[in-house]
Amino acid sequence: MPMDESVRKAVLAAVPSLRAFAISLCGNVDRADDLVQETLLRALANIESFQPGTNMSAWLFTILRNHFRSEYRKRRREVEDGEGRYAETLKSQPEQPGRVEFREFREALAQLPPDQREALILVGASGFSYEEAAHICGCAVGTIKSRVNRARTRLAELLSINSADEFGPDDQTRAVLAGGERP
Amino acid sequence: MNERSKPPAQQAQMVESAATRTKKPNNKPAKLTREVQARLGQQLRAMYEQVVNQGVPERFAELINRIDAKEDKDRQP
Repeated sequence: MPMDESVRKAVLAAVPSLRAFAISLCGNVDRADDLVQETLLRALANIESFQPGTNMSAWLFTILRNHFRSEYRKRRREVEDGEGRYAETLKSQPEQPGRVEFREFREALAQLPPDQREALILVGASGFSYEEAAHICGCAVGTIKSRVNRARTRLAELLSINSADEFGPDDQTRAVLAGGERP
Repeated sequence: MNERSKPPAQQAQMVESAATRTKKPNNKPAKLTREVQARLGQQLRAMYEQVVNQGVPERFAELINRIDAKEDKDRQP
């Protein structure tokens, strides 16, 4: 049976957010796009295991996250310092237009443990509920809550914010945030 | 916002968070003020939206459509 039109639309609609999640996991756009590609191939090959009426994004995020984890673990065996490697990947990336204003924030994010980083992104940026994030990560809701809290606290420390007045010395960031939604 | 204008509870939290900064990160996290949380959230979403706003890159649109077409072809007798 050809893929149902509504299913195809749901997959397409999930791609932008899936990419943003992948980039936040990998810290590298090219690797992230490969990860998205592999995720889509897996998902489409197993599309019959998707239950209609359930959340397509959550389903795709789960596949991507599991695939990334198994790859990551493999690489971790090769390179003991996984954290350092992530930060290095980020630093070695050529500067891209539109990236510079988030540099400080990205670098802080890169220093979080992977569990905390993914929990924070899922809940704080992808817009999943704690329950959905727990399902995607295969852990308890309380674990997600705790990871998100730790991630926020650590980020605030890394960015040296104790109050909103002190938020970042970066005027560009302020300008972007003050400007609201980007086109 | 002026430091002094904050309610005492919030000031206490901020003092606490400064004090715990030197501790190991695996200690119970200090509570962040709502303002700090909101600022972090804004920054996180702005960064994320930057990618989301790029839409669906052509390679993924093609991939999804190609598989559609292939499945159609496979089904033909």
